[in-house]
Amino acid sequence: MIKNINFVSKFKKANFISIIFFILSIFFIIFKGLNYGIDFKGGTLIELRTDITVKASSIRDSLKSMNLGDINVKKFGKDGDYLIKVEQKNANNSNLIPEIKKTLSDNLSAGIEFRRVENVGPKVSSELLESSVIAISLALAAMLFYIWVRFEWQFSVGSIVALFHDVIITLGIFSILSLEINLSIIAAVLTIVGYSMNDTVVIYDRIRENLFKYTKISISDVANLSINETLARTVITSVTTLLALFSIYLLGGEILRGFSFAMILGVIIGTYSSIFVASPILKFFRVSYKTLEKEEKKIEP
Amino acid sequence: MLNFSKINIILIYLIFFFIAIFSILNLQNKDNIVIDKKVNLGLDLQGGSYLLLEINSDSLVEEKIQSKVIPIKKLLKDNNLKYENFKIRDKSLTFIIEDVEKFKLLFFSKKENLVNPYIDNYRSFELDYKLSGNNNIEILFSKFGLLTINNSALKQSIEIVRRRIDDVGTKEPTILQRGDKRILVELPGLKDPERIKKLLGKTAQLNFRLVSDNSDFGTEDLMSELGETLKVSKRIVMSGENLIDAQPSIQNQKNEPTVSFTLDRLGSQKFGRATTDNVGKRLAIVLDGKIISAPNINEPITSGKGMISGNFTFQEATDLSLLLRSGALPTPLDVVEERTVGPDLGEDSIRSGIISLIVGFVLVIIFMFFKYKIFGLVANTALIANLLMLVGILTILEATLTLPGIAGIILTVGMAVDANVLIFERIREELKTEKSIIHAFDSGYSKAKITVLDANITTLIAAIILFAFGSGPVKGFAITLGIGIITTLFTAYFLARHLTSMIVLRNNNRDLKI
Repeated sequence: MIKNINFVSKFKKANFISIIFFILSIFFIIFKGLNYGIDFKGGTLIELRTDITVKASSIRDSLKSMNLGDINVKKFGKDGDYLIKVEQKNANNSNLIPEIKKTLSDNLSAGIEFRRVENVGPKVSSELLESSVIAISLALAAMLFYIWVRFEWQFSVGSIVALFHDVIITLGIFSILSLEINLSIIAAVLTIVGYSMNDTVVIYDRIRENLFKYTKISISDVANLSINETLARTVITSVTTLLALFSIYLLGGEILRGFSFAMILGVIIGTYSSIFVASPILKFFRVSYKTLEKEEKKIEP
Repeated sequence: MLNFSKINIILIYLIFFFIAIFSILNLQNKDNIVIDKKVNLGLDLQGGSYLLLEINSDSLVEEKIQSKVIPIKKLLKDNNLKYENFKIRDKSLTFIIEDVEKFKLLFFSKKENLVNPYIDNYRSFELDYKLSGNNNIEILFSKFGLLTINNSALKQSIEIVRRRIDDVGTKEPTILQRGDKRILVELPGLKDPERIKKLLGKTAQLNFRLVSDNSDFGTEDLMSELGETLKVSKRIVMSGENLIDAQPSIQNQKNEPTVSFTLDRLGSQKFGRATTDNVGKRLAIVLDGKIISAPNINEPITSGKGMISGNFTFQEATDLSLLLRSGALPTPLDVVEERTVGPDLGEDSIRSGIISLIVGFVLVIIFMFFKYKIFGLVANTALIANLLMLVGILTILEATLTLPGIAGIILTVGMAVDANVLIFERIREELKTEKSIIHAFDSGYSKAKITVLDANITTLIAAIILFAFGSGPVKGFAITLGIGIITTLFTAYFLARHLTSMIVLRNNNRDLKI
């Protein structure tokens, strides 16, 4: 492996690209919005299997007569598998599922089977959204705190900026591609937070070590050296993680597809951000071995 | 770092084997179970229904506040307190009173206060009042009074829900309280939850009331199932509480499904008296505010046994008797969340989950072998050990494996090698400057230690937060991810290190590459 890439010289260009992507993501999240699934929006989801292929539009048409509000029908994996999402205006119809079943089997001349039914009321969905936001905020805060305890505040700032970068851009891509945000995507985002942090910590650990080892050289050079020294590990771990994730994405079935896609994005962005976002911030703060010594003196006077 | 005492080695392998052996329990034949421990499959893998029910105590609060009317009026009268403009509102009572101070004293007396009992647990009275103007009093339940009503309704509802579900006979249902208003119901293997939802959707408050035009208690118009409106007395002759059994049966003459019921002693007496006094009149059987049927009383019924007919199908008669046997729910239950997975989708999920696990695993193993050769084998051995321990711990905890949980295992496979990669890369660096191979390996392990810990703790934090906030399947993911980190640390720092030390110590003189 080539072990002397000048990363620091590319910081400016990379930061520029990051900022563009970041702003673009925020722009999309605000103006286009996120495509919330029923977990967060409430409504009914039905995974339907028919014994002969029918058109998705004919499923939609036959449900229109029921006056259920916004209906979304799409193919889901294999031929004959469909995913129906119903906005469900009148929330308290306990007979909804049997009624939909009856309407569909009356109108489509095909045998139908409901493989999965999910129904989330408006109260529960808003609670789920709330607790997801709390969970992500709490995870970020916990990471911030951990790094602050283990390192110094400059590192804390660096890692948290990198985390925001990863989470916002991942969500931005989901917004641009109109991919659905559901509970498993939140799980993926939290795992990305963990993974990206993991990657950042490895580089930070090395930077700290090298700052003490080479007190004469600048933070830019220390950062560059540390990134290069840990580069092999960064690449290998990303590769093995991506191997596992691609295996889930391609073979794990429809239900895990969104989750594994989010994770794949997150691993790539997280790896990039530990090098090109977290490290430049240390340079920005002009971190040196003196910063570290000061902190240590404070703790042990 | 490469020196292990004998005790250490024995301990490491003992721990490993002890935990790993539990993973084998999952292969036990169903008919021949030695130790009854295994990983449970989540509803998304074995199929089944998840229902979240919410009690709605509004109607109960209204009912309870109404029951306070008579005691409060009595209190006022007995103590010569003049009041006027007494009104019953939705959840409160209002009136105007002259001597507010005296009323307060009586209202908050701790001695034998039948109107407003003191709740010891909460150190609070059941009722509270608001004063507006000089003498406008509004009486309503205190925060803790409402809590008491809510809690007892919830407890009672859970009990009734359990009875109804047990009566239907689904296998291994889980019924749990969730928060202070909700009941979580998990029904593994259930294909169609509609019947259960119907059974849980009815409060099943049954009472017997006379059909009459005038009554001292007042009358109300109720609809019958046939669409006929009848004037029914508000006086309840007997209610469902007095039922001790109800069974579906077929009435011989008409071959019509009916529900036969048996009353307890008090019920028999009440029923006997009412039917004796009212021969010739019609008795309305009212279920949840609707008349099921209103037969004529032909003769006194004193045996404590009776029959309800009402154009039932046999299924309806079965369900009604089930509802009557289980008792009435104190409040209606709303299904606020429902997730049902069919059994064949569950099987598909298991299949694709396992295939992707195997493929991911094999890819990682091949990659590691090409990258690190002999030490790749060490890392791979650690990886296999890691998986066995992960499944072993899941078995010991009898944790629930969900589809995202399988994804968590695959992700662990991908990320677990990280610890060994960190160490091996560090050793490579050390080998550049260090002449002694043993020293290089030794310092590689000790220098990488902090980094490995730091890196894994961050992921562990994420897993813990996921576990605390996630629900259902996501929780399953958090469990496997979190346990995976712990087994990863163990296998990398003990098992793999020991294997590495054996290789290094044996090949000390040769040129060892990593």
